[in-house]
Amino acid sequence: MSISMRLVPRHQTSTGRQLAVLLFSLLAGFVAVGVVFAVKGVNPLFALWKILAGSFGSFYGISETITKAIPLILIGSGLTLAFRAKFWNIGAESQLLMGAICATWIGLNLGTRLPGWMVIPLMFLVGFLGGAVWGALPALFKVRFGVNEVISTLMLNYVAAEFLNLLIVGPWKGATQQGFPYTDDLPAAATLAVIPGTRIHYLTLLIALACAVILFVLVHSTTFGYELRVVGENPEAARYAGIDFFRTTVILMVISGGVAGLAGVGETAGIHHHLTYPGVISAGYGFTGIIVAWLAKLNPLASIVSALFFAGILVGGDAIQISLGLPAATVHVFNGVLLFFLIMGDTFVNKRLVVIRGRRS
Amino acid sequence: MRTVEGAVLHFAVRSREVRRFAARPRGVRSGRLLATIMNRRGIATSTVVRYSQNIMPKIDLLEMIDISKSFHTIRANQRVNLRIGSGEILGLLGENGAGKTTLMNILYGLIAPDSGEIRINGQPVGIQSPRDAIGLGIGMVHQHFMLIENHTVAENIALGLSDAPFLSPSRHVARRLSEFGERFGLKINPQERIWQLSAGEQQRVEIVKALVKGADLLILDEPTSVLTPQETEQLFVILRRMSAEGHSVIFISHKLEEILSICHRVMVLRKGEVAGKAETKDVDKRELARMMVGREIIFRIERPALKRGELVLEVRELVVPGDRQQVAVRGVGFQVFGNEIFGIAGVSGNGQRELVEAITGLRRASEGEVLLGGQDITNATARVVASRGISHVPEERIRFGIVPNLFVYENAVLKQHRQRLFSRVLFLNFGSIRKYASAIIERFNVSVPTIDTPVKNLSGGNIQKLILGREISGQPVLLVAAHPTYGLDVGATEYIRRQLLEKRGEGLAVLLVSEDLEEIFELCDRIAVMYEGRFMGIVSTAQATMENIGLMMAGSMPEIAGGGADPIPADAGRGLE
Repeated sequence: MSISMRLVPRHQTSTGRQLAVLLFSLLAGFVAVGVVFAVKGVNPLFALWKILAGSFGSFYGISETITKAIPLILIGSGLTLAFRAKFWNIGAESQLLMGAICATWIGLNLGTRLPGWMVIPLMFLVGFLGGAVWGALPALFKVRFGVNEVISTLMLNYVAAEFLNLLIVGPWKGATQQGFPYTDDLPAAATLAVIPGTRIHYLTLLIALACAVILFVLVHSTTFGYELRVVGENPEAARYAGIDFFRTTVILMVISGGVAGLAGVGETAGIHHHLTYPGVISAGYGFTGIIVAWLAKLNPLASIVSALFFAGILVGGDAIQISLGLPAATVHVFNGVLLFFLIMGDTFVNKRLVVIRGRRS
Repeated sequence: MRTVEGAVLHFAVRSREVRRFAARPRGVRSGRLLATIMNRRGIATSTVVRYSQNIMPKIDLLEMIDISKSFHTIRANQRVNLRIGSGEILGLLGENGAGKTTLMNILYGLIAPDSGEIRINGQPVGIQSPRDAIGLGIGMVHQHFMLIENHTVAENIALGLSDAPFLSPSRHVARRLSEFGERFGLKINPQERIWQLSAGEQQRVEIVKALVKGADLLILDEPTSVLTPQETEQLFVILRRMSAEGHSVIFISHKLEEILSICHRVMVLRKGEVAGKAETKDVDKRELARMMVGREIIFRIERPALKRGELVLEVRELVVPGDRQQVAVRGVGFQVFGNEIFGIAGVSGNGQRELVEAITGLRRASEGEVLLGGQDITNATARVVASRGISHVPEERIRFGIVPNLFVYENAVLKQHRQRLFSRVLFLNFGSIRKYASAIIERFNVSVPTIDTPVKNLSGGNIQKLILGREISGQPVLLVAAHPTYGLDVGATEYIRRQLLEKRGEGLAVLLVSEDLEEIFELCDRIAVMYEGRFMGIVSTAQATMENIGLMMAGSMPEIAGGGADPIPADAGRGLE
């Protein structure tokens, strides 16, 4: 007697099943993370409770969660677009940084010269362009020279981060920062207003929500969105249908990179008010955004919810660092494990497990 | 030769100890002694033992009895019986889709049959995976090689060899390779990387790979389709040597000359059934062609005589490169008129796909012209070609023709989605798209619960009806249909064919590429036969016979006067009427 298991394709899948698989994956992920907590000598349930309490349990927690959700919504919804077309953009981190760099240049150089009402819109525009160019580069490399986009987007992260490092210790190092590797602070006209008592830069929040809606409409209702889905689902059929692969890929990466650039503008103009180390400007939002998009099932609107969820984990993770003395890497472990389970769960949306008992002849 | 000694000799022919060992009387040949000798020669004992075990179940007679296999509604194999003895080369002949590959995949354990059994030397055996098949001494060389391009020959062979040593397995393999090289004339340099080898050499690697794994019976799936004539000759030399050594070979092909020159016996499959068996010395090409394509055709559909319309498509001396730097279409010319179905018959892989792709804008032609209604559309993009009124029912419908995960209504406008009717400025007009999709569903009898069903849930026949409906609803001037009924059940096939004839009646010009001669004869006004990138001839259906077309498909010119076919290599553009 032997027992073997086999995955059998499922012909029909319902939304309910997708949701069930999603919840089960999250649950399994939590259990696995719980093992990590237990190994560290912390009661997993207590840790989870602390995370929840830290992120959603207080006014401060909620406001911080929303603050961190802003870049995640932008990046997450932008990535849903790229992932729909099976373009694996791992470079949202650097697209964010390029957006931040470009916007800061505008803020520092034109912030006091231009009429006040123009500065912020111009920063968002130029920030979008910065992210867009940085996103379009790997798209061009891919369609022109066949360079794998995972490699190029990932490597461009380092290029952008080192470029930023160069700027803050070199030419852009601020005269007023007492030797710290910061740029000068942005002039008042180039900073974003926040909701009093919080760090929520509400203009970026509104832009982020609008982006999620616009991208949803773009994917589901426009000719471009249709072509993008066809390219992602079946490139051969796209070729047969005369869809321009080059154009589609470049445009989608302009958009995906551009919205990541907007997130960079929000982080600098809304929170830091100057450029500093890449790891400070973005707390790994470009990578967390990948999980956001995945948990949202590549639906730009749903990425609002999943962004809030992961922002909560980020904030709660900070809380347990302090209250339980767990290392800062805990949050990364948490996110990584959840992504694993989410991706593994996808298998069971389209397949079912069959257990075969019996003897092999 | 197939004893333990024989196995030893495989590895160390020049070894004196081994020869001495082999010469000892039977009782003295203990395993321990064998091990000692092997150790001295630096050959892993397990190798020899393993190898001799592989050889032990020597296949003197392999039988497949009453094998049946259906995929959904299609009967791929129906009560097929096959037997092959030691040292025999058996030809398996049939058109694509006749069930040859299915039968061999069953034998190799890749597919489980619905019923029937396989016996080796009279004993029933259960083959549930290629691993089982290999263990029983059955090896298979697939049409598309399963080699790792960046690895060396020796590394490729060592891969998946269960008895290869853990450290430097490829050196171990290299030694064996030279043995096989001498025995069968299979000369390959084990250090060469796969991508550096020609197709013929890669095939030799595949053959050696099977032999090293202990294959006694070798299945070759269309081995000559990738070879040059010289390489084919070399392959035949190898196969003859193998046969002389007692290996059995099943040789799949649809080229009659090859079957006749290399095989001892031939078995012909047609539509999943055995259409005939013969000793090759007793049959000629003509007879085989007849068995392969079927003798008589029942014309189920009336094809009314129509006066040919205006010239729609003209192709002049078209040369199209293939995927592997070869020239796939070598100067083809023809005209297609309104109210006409022009058929291109031929075994697939003779340039039909590249020709169709060049006409529909999916592949660039290197020479020649394509004219639509007198206007030059050579190398226009797919979108331009479609907008000029050429629609296309692609081969491999699921791979090219639809997007499986998108809904029926979304697939109903693939290609037309940018037309004014379906999109305004930026947005798709879902109202009109849905209306259009519903109309296609209704008009073409696509059986589907709602238009909000993902297309992947449709059957092959319904997918094809949807594609055909989409392609002919847009008032095209030319329809290019590639293998439109391939793999469909009888009902769907007949429906599609009727639709094509109906459209012909409405003035449409149709270019039909098909391997199914029955379909070609039933539908076409004129037939061209494509072979190795050229047209063997263009004949009007009234004058053509199945047999002649079958011979032309196999690359032979029928030498008949007034029988219909005329060779037209030079004046290709002006089809014969």
